[in-house]
Parts: sequence; structure tokens; C-alpha cells
Amino acid sequence: MIWESTYNEFIKIAAKPRSYIGIGAITLIVGIILMAMKLDGMMYISFITGPFEQSLSFEGNILNGNLMAFIVLQMLIIHVPLLIAFVTGDLISGEGAMGTIRLLLTKPVSRTSILLSKYLAGSAYTFIVLLWMAFMAIVIGKLLFGTGDLMVLKSDGLVILQEQDVAWRFFYGFLVAYLALVMIATLALTLSCFSENSIGPIVSTMGIIILFTIIGTLDVPVFDSIRPFLFTTHMAAWRSFFEDPLPKADIWNSIIILVIHIIGLLGIAIYKFNKKDILS
Amino acid sequence: MNAQEKIVEVKHLVKHFGKFHAVEDVSFDVYRGDVFGFLGPNGAGKSTTIRTMLSLIKPTSGELQLFGKDLTKNRNYILSKIGCIVEKPDFYKYLSAEKNIEIFARLSGVPIKKNKIHEMIEFVGLKGREKDKVNGFSHGMKQRLGIAQTLIHDPELIILDEPTTGLDPQGIIDIRNLILQLRNEQNKTILLSSHILSEIELIANRMVIINKGRTIIQGSVSDLLNGQELIVSFKVDDMEKAKQVVLKNNIPLSEESLDGNNLLLQISEEKISFINKEFCENNIKVFSIEPKRKLEDYFLKLINH
Repeated sequence: MIWESTYNEFIKIAAKPRSYIGIGAITLIVGIILMAMKLDGMMYISFITGPFEQSLSFEGNILNGNLMAFIVLQMLIIHVPLLIAFVTGDLISGEGAMGTIRLLLTKPVSRTSILLSKYLAGSAYTFIVLLWMAFMAIVIGKLLFGTGDLMVLKSDGLVILQEQDVAWRFFYGFLVAYLALVMIATLALTLSCFSENSIGPIVSTMGIIILFTIIGTLDVPVFDSIRPFLFTTHMAAWRSFFEDPLPKADIWNSIIILVIHIIGLLGIAIYKFNKKDILS
Repeated sequence: MNAQEKIVEVKHLVKHFGKFHAVEDVSFDVYRGDVFGFLGPNGAGKSTTIRTMLSLIKPTSGELQLFGKDLTKNRNYILSKIGCIVEKPDFYKYLSAEKNIEIFARLSGVPIKKNKIHEMIEFVGLKGREKDKVNGFSHGMKQRLGIAQTLIHDPELIILDEPTTGLDPQGIIDIRNLILQLRNEQNKTILLSSHILSEIELIANRMVIINKGRTIIQGSVSDLLNGQELIVSFKVDDMEKAKQVVLKNNIPLSEESLDGNNLLLQISEEKISFINKEFCENNIKVFSIEPKRKLEDYFLKLINH
């Protein structure tokens, strides 16, 4: 029955106008970034290469599709959680607000199955949003800017990755970025179980992300012990795939922490949803 | 099919929300084939009881057995045999009527074909509106769609919580006729909650009355209402002569007994023909006789007891 329920959830997500806001926003933002870079990208490149021009000479197509994809991924990964929470935060509370939860929970399907089917559908939606972002960034980026080696500016230097060494990094980078976004979807879904309206879970999700990001970036010793365990610390773990050598231990650490968060939050959501009295 | 088979057994149901006691002690039985009236004033605990029966709310204590099985241990089995509307029939507004039914049918546990969905939509009188989004539906249309959703998996028990609330008079008649059709043509067991006594009297064969979260009385509608005096309206040509006949037969008259050409008498059912005969023998023309049970008084008497 969980698959029938998941199929239902797909239909609902596909029919909701709000589901297309994320895809529309990504199309618009990426389009603007790519257009701006096409018009004035060399200035951005000189900002990256400027500090190194006295010691290095840069040749070839530096302003290429790989660099565009990296820039887009870096910029959007901050905003995509909001777009994801916008849909996943509504999955349970939206049913309560609409009143359909009464009908839904009088069907011979366990509450756990209904919650998991919403989780699966939410995760699939997250995947589609990220896939669209990848398509816009990589495919359109390469069509407009061609291909070439990827230059990544880090705080302690510049990493240049050869063209043939980039595709797999993007693949795994997107997978880890997906895991981070699924974590956000799980958080929004969990908060959705505690609310009767859609706005609460969406705002709360963003509030938690902002709060944890502030805690994570504040250089105050009191936060040192908790910082490694905050999910926000690991949301940018995808960037590690663009380092050379690859920091495998850090990547695995981030994956494990994100997975633990997902399992923990899902457990809380299942518990709460099963205990909940439907009064709406 | 056993006519006396208990389909619903609610025993000493209690539900507290913190300090608020929504249901204190509700017990009743519904038998197969019943159209069971679940009656009580607003806030009596009807919806809480129904939500508990459908596992939307967990009871504080008490026993709930449906189809001879404990609800907490056999939730999915029991719910597969029930179709329901709980309060308002809410649907996904951004989906069509057909898609809404399809979504809920998919979760009913039995494979439902497209033509069955169309049949149901036609049965409730929404043919031609299948592809329309529910967003544009009136309350009455949503109520009809709710009934289609309720019937789609051919349930044994149908639970309708205040199904006529918010409907216009024509909508009320339509829903009432639909319920009667379900009882007469499909032999469904129906549990119908309402705070309108006349509605229950017209449809139900058995009923329970609850108030302040407690069962007040239960039994067959005819037994419970039998012996209650009626208000009978006689439309006559000569009011003065009719009044004299009434007083001669020791039937009390008051100012409230006179309503234009109608004489309102508080009498038992057996006395209607006797008074009519008396009028005829005294050359008083009787144009109509309309009995009206004092249901509201009966109801108020019970709940204020």
C-alpha cells in the first residue's frame, strides 16, 4: 500500500502550483547568472586569477561551463533549501489545513506508511529540483561557455582540476548535495507533523538553518563542541569533491552526520504522526 | 446475513483533552442493516466519538469493537470496511472530482476501475462535472462527492457526521434521499450523526442520544418516540364550532392552539381519528390533518434531565 500512497503523493505534488515555484526560481536565477557571466564574466575571472597573475600564467578557456556549474551550485545551494522546505513543509500540515487529513487517515493504510510515502515523494521532488539545477548549470552552462579545466578558489589557494577529471566530481558532489537537501526535506516534514498550517514549518525550517549557520560560523569557543554535529556544518560537504587530494574522511564524516540526522528526524516524525489526534 | 449482528460496539468511551472532557461515558451498539441515528446537541461529543471510531483520535479509555474486532489491534481491517465523511467533506481543491475519488479509492485496499469511479460520480448526481476542479464546487456538490468517495469501495458500514450541515433545503432533501436509497437499494448499515431530531426520525430505525459526553438513551426510534404526544394541526372551515367540539371532549385548548384556520391540538396518535370523526358528525369540514411530533420537547426533556 505504501507504493499506492507514494503514487498519490506524486500526483498531489505535481498538481500543486507551489511545486513549480522552485523549478521556476532556479530557471530564473541560473538564467540570470549565466547571462551576467556571458556579458561580464571576464571581470569575475580576473577577480579569481588576479592574486596569482604575477606567479602563474593562465591559458585556454577559463570561463567555461564547468566553472559556471560550480558557481551556480555554490550560489544556489544556499537558496534551494527554502524552495525544498516550501513544498515538503506543506506535506502534512497542508493536509491538516485543507481538511483532507481526516479522509486520508480513515483509509486502511497505516499512518507510518502515509508518512513514509510523503517522505519518499518529497525526496523525489527534491531530486527533480536538484536535477533541474544540474541540467541548467552543467548542460546549459557548457552549451553557452564551452568546456575546459575547472578553477576553484579556496581560502588557502587555487585548485585547478583538469577537464577530464571534473565530471565524476560533479556527479558525487551533486549526490552529497542531494543528501543535504533530503536532510532539509526531512526537517521540514518533521516540523510539518507538529503544525496545522503550512507557513509554520517552512519558516521554522529556515529559522533553524539560519540559527545553526550562525552558530556554525561564529568563532566562539563555547560552540566548538557542538559545531561538528550541526547539519549545517555538513551542508557544503559537496565542495570537498573539488579539492585535490580528496578529503575522504571528511566527506564520509559529513555523510554519516547527515544520515544520522535524517534517521533521527524521521523517527521523531513517525512517532509524532502516529500519536497525533486529528482535530482539524 | 445475521440481522442482529453487532457491527459497532462502543463501551464506556472516554476522551479527555487535558482538562477538557469531550467524552465522559458513551456506549451504544449498531446492528447490521441499521440506519442508526447518533443524536446530541452541538458540543455533546458526537464528532469526538466518531473520530475515535475511525482512529483519528485515541480514546482515553473504553472499548471500541467494530465488525467484532478491537479497533486498536485491527485498524486497517476495520477501516477497509468503512466509508465515511467526518464533518465537512474536504477534498484537494487543485484536483478534479475524478482525480480526488481516484486518490482515495487507491488507498481503499481494493482495486477500483475507472468506470466504477464514473458510476459513483453519476450515482451522486455529478455526471458531467468529473473533470472540473473541486475548487469550484458548492458545499452541496462537495457533500455529494463525499458520498461518492464513501461508497467507492463498497463498504459495509457508512459513517456520516452531520451530512446535511450547511446545505440548502434542496441539498438536505437530496442527501436524505441518497441515504434512503443506500438503505433501501444497497442494504448498507449507516451511522448518521445529527443534532436535528426530525432528520433522524425520517431516516433512522435506531438511535442513541448523547449529551455532555454521556449516553442519555438508546433504542429503536419508534420505541423511544412511542407514547409521546403529538401536535396535530386540523384545518377546518368553522373554527368556533371546532373549538366547542374539542372542549366537549376534554381536550385542553390555549391561545397557542389557534393558528389561522388551523387548530393545533396536543393529543396522542390514537385520538386523531376520534376527533376527526367528531368534527364530521358535527358538520365541520376538515380540509387537512397534519401530525407534528413534539420532538424538540422530547429531546430537550432528555438532555435537560
